[in-house]
Amino acid sequence: MSVEFEVVIGLEVHAELKTKTKIFCSCPTEFGGEENTHVCPVCLGLPGTLPVLNERVLEFAVRAGVAVDCEIANFSKFDRKNYFYPDLPKAYQISQYDLPICKEGKLEIAVDGEKKIIGITRIHMEEDAGKLLHSGNTITSSHYSLADYNRTGVPLIEIVSEPDMRSPEEARAYMEKLKTILEYIDVSDVKMEQGSLRCDANISLRPVGTSKLGTKAEIKNMNSFKALQKALEYEIERQQEVLEEGGTIVQETRTWDEEKGITVSMRSKEEANDYRYFPDPDLVPIIIEPDWVEEIKNSLPELPDAKRKRLVEKLGLSEYDAGIITESRALAEFFDKTVTLFNEPKTVANWIMGDFMRLLNVESIEVKDSKVTPEKMAALLENQADGKISGKMAKTVFEEMFVTGKTADEIIKEKGLVQISDEGSLGEIVDNIIEANPKSIADYQDGKKKAIGFLVGQIMKETKGQANPGVVNKLLQEKLSQL
Amino acid sequence: MSSLTELTAHELKGLLDKGEISSKDLVKEHLERIEKVDKKVNAFMTVTKEEALKQAEVVDEKRKRSEQLSPLAGIPMALKDNMCTKGIRTTCSSKILHNFIPPYNATVVEKLMKADSIVMGKCNMDEFAMGSSTENSGYFPTKNPYDLNVVPGGSSGGSAASVAAEEVVFSLGSDTGGSIRQPAAFCGVIGLKPTYGYVSRYGLVAFASSLDQIGPFTRDMTDCALVMNEIFGHDHKDSTSAPVEVPDFTKALNNDVKGLKIGLPKEYMNEGINPDIIECYKQAVAKLEELGAVCEEVSLPHTEYALPIYYIIAPAEASSNLARYDGVRYGLRVEGEDIVSMFKKTRSQGFGEEVKRRIMLGTYALSSGYYDAYYLKALKVRTLIKQDFDQVFEKFDCLLTPTTPTTAFNFGEKVDDPLSMYMNDICTVPANLAGVPALSMPFGLSKGRPVGLQLIGKAFGEGTLLRVGYTLEQNTTLTRPRPELKGVM
Repeated sequence: MSVEFEVVIGLEVHAELKTKTKIFCSCPTEFGGEENTHVCPVCLGLPGTLPVLNERVLEFAVRAGVAVDCEIANFSKFDRKNYFYPDLPKAYQISQYDLPICKEGKLEIAVDGEKKIIGITRIHMEEDAGKLLHSGNTITSSHYSLADYNRTGVPLIEIVSEPDMRSPEEARAYMEKLKTILEYIDVSDVKMEQGSLRCDANISLRPVGTSKLGTKAEIKNMNSFKALQKALEYEIERQQEVLEEGGTIVQETRTWDEEKGITVSMRSKEEANDYRYFPDPDLVPIIIEPDWVEEIKNSLPELPDAKRKRLVEKLGLSEYDAGIITESRALAEFFDKTVTLFNEPKTVANWIMGDFMRLLNVESIEVKDSKVTPEKMAALLENQADGKISGKMAKTVFEEMFVTGKTADEIIKEKGLVQISDEGSLGEIVDNIIEANPKSIADYQDGKKKAIGFLVGQIMKETKGQANPGVVNKLLQEKLSQL
Repeated sequence: MSSLTELTAHELKGLLDKGEISSKDLVKEHLERIEKVDKKVNAFMTVTKEEALKQAEVVDEKRKRSEQLSPLAGIPMALKDNMCTKGIRTTCSSKILHNFIPPYNATVVEKLMKADSIVMGKCNMDEFAMGSSTENSGYFPTKNPYDLNVVPGGSSGGSAASVAAEEVVFSLGSDTGGSIRQPAAFCGVIGLKPTYGYVSRYGLVAFASSLDQIGPFTRDMTDCALVMNEIFGHDHKDSTSAPVEVPDFTKALNNDVKGLKIGLPKEYMNEGINPDIIECYKQAVAKLEELGAVCEEVSLPHTEYALPIYYIIAPAEASSNLARYDGVRYGLRVEGEDIVSMFKKTRSQGFGEEVKRRIMLGTYALSSGYYDAYYLKALKVRTLIKQDFDQVFEKFDCLLTPTTPTTAFNFGEKVDDPLSMYMNDICTVPANLAGVPALSMPFGLSKGRPVGLQLIGKAFGEGTLLRVGYTLEQNTTLTRPRPELKGVM
């Protein structure tokens, strides 16, 4: 008889904070740049240099904390995490050990419409390490390694979840939600592919119905949401196999091999470092005034959950549409702004989720870089609503707007795209078409109602697509019934 | 006229102001003195002759233009070799930093340069400031100017000896557990460890960050106050630097101790103290009482734990601070088959015995499973030691103790017995743990070797120490000994 297993997952997420300067010196945090140009004696850990905390880092960490309902510690401190590695110039990382800045928060996720609260154990601040490039596969098998310290000292927050997730889908949903929130509160670039958002997963299995946690494996090196989900799926299978064959799980760190689609053992618990954490004597304790936390709380923008709720309840969007629009703050703000100018939320939502998102995707453009602004989109929709242009014309105009950044009015004028709705002038054209197509008329009168489509097509052709289809249909029906 | 090298900064200032001498003369004279005596004394790791002469010319120009100058302008001085100097090799007397040339100045160096003081060179020390005799230098030992067969103390032995041997007018050292005061006592000069946070640590190569402080060596209290005026003060580059205003310390130089309450901690007067030192100490107490001070025995009950917890906290911090010397970016690199072997070989060959011993002690004290029993407990005891001081300072203005249990000892006498070497810090360590200021001043000789008196003050109470020191200086002949430099000249 086989035992059924329950999956237990907890995530440790690292987010680079988008402060202008590093956490303990004034070097820029900018991504990229020639190797070892964003460095100074302090972030290089040269002898005698000392760290001085960038207060913006503290502010960003508190923003993140209040956004996920954490308690903000009024007394917090920095500790040293000691280990030797050439990407760590001081041979210790300044981090927070037993007194993190934020603790006990939570986050709501939804998988297949099912909502669930995931606990957040803590959020702490720390400095990032540099980057190494090895001549071989690993540092020990290389003839040489190159070190780039541009990233050294870039501020990070580590967000540690409770082991509350029960499936790879939940883990992915949590990660996506966290990304959205961090983007909303504007503290991180949250780009997994550039490493500004990184994730390690702790995963274990236990027989269904038991409460004791099984032995866990820590999975590293998952550089996309997809990788996270796939690595966890693989790991569940692997652990299940081991357990079903009567084996035991070894507590270890494993790395996700994207190409092979498997996790590979990196080091076991026995080989784990003793980090010898102790309070960093170069930094003073952090005392936080409750008033300041309140101030930060009040300065937060509307968060995704609240926004989604408002879009559904106040603006009448479906849960699904509201979910898509609020996934990114930029998109949601685009929507809100457009609605204030053109108050038909559903129409706006359809345009955003349709042509706008499609073109953004195709061209790999971010909302903030789009040439179509909410003002321009609203003006286009205004034209359509007035009947000045048809829906089809609007699509053409929008595509042109997206490429050139011109206004709808400019494009309509240039292309002479004005819709003809005048029954008098259209009536004449309709009469001419009826006269010129006796066969279609006969077909129509024989009950082949499709023939009317052909006639409409002819009229549109004659008017170079400018005829108002509604008016054309109405006139055709009237005239045909009189024949 | 006595030789220029004998004079103090404030005496030389008079001559410079009157135009009787130039800074260049002064620097030349000191360079000659260094040339003459340092072959035997070995106080210097590096002498910056060219830079010093050039700098002297600049100051002379400024003086000619009647620019407003600091009292220390044009005055030759030296720095312990653990203070970073831009473009000048900074070794910490360690092989592992044999070729390290910092691209920046320590804040104290910046300040002294702004005051137009003249850096004559960098002084020898116990490697990474770990030691009490300068025998742990990775290069050579410094000799005591009073007797070339005895140690100058440490770890700032070179800085103390350079002032005692009149190679420079003043110098800077660093004090983690007595590294300024003990060599000051052994070499017969004044040495001050300031309140923790009063002087910036930026650019001081760290030994134990929560204990390290930079301070001056001078030959009299007035010079001490003048140097303090230049190097003290808040520094935004050091988070542990205190945001306090710096008074004019020369205002504290009052020849008056009437009514001052001076505590005599009984725990410092244990049987390990040399009787001659006790004799000098008693003489100082009698003098102060005669001058109107009120001296009373006090108790700091946790004193006996100071040394043991110091030898947990300081090595623990050091084990982390010294981990960066791995051969990857600067300093010594010994090639190995792979990165791990490079680390091991570099650190094995780059560090001396005492440094390795403390790295191991500290690593052990911080290891999981031992942290609570050692490091955490030591931090708790440290708080108790601080409270001892807080309590006595409610009633007393300062404390008077011997600086060291013995006078300068012979080379080789303690170097193979670390515990007996550590015992030398027994009177000096508590002030570092409590963060309070402490000053050592000469007070007589024992068998030709200087005896040091220690004054311990309240946090930011350096003024009181200067006042007591100055009063003793004005009323006895015991505070300005001079070495004969036998076998040197």
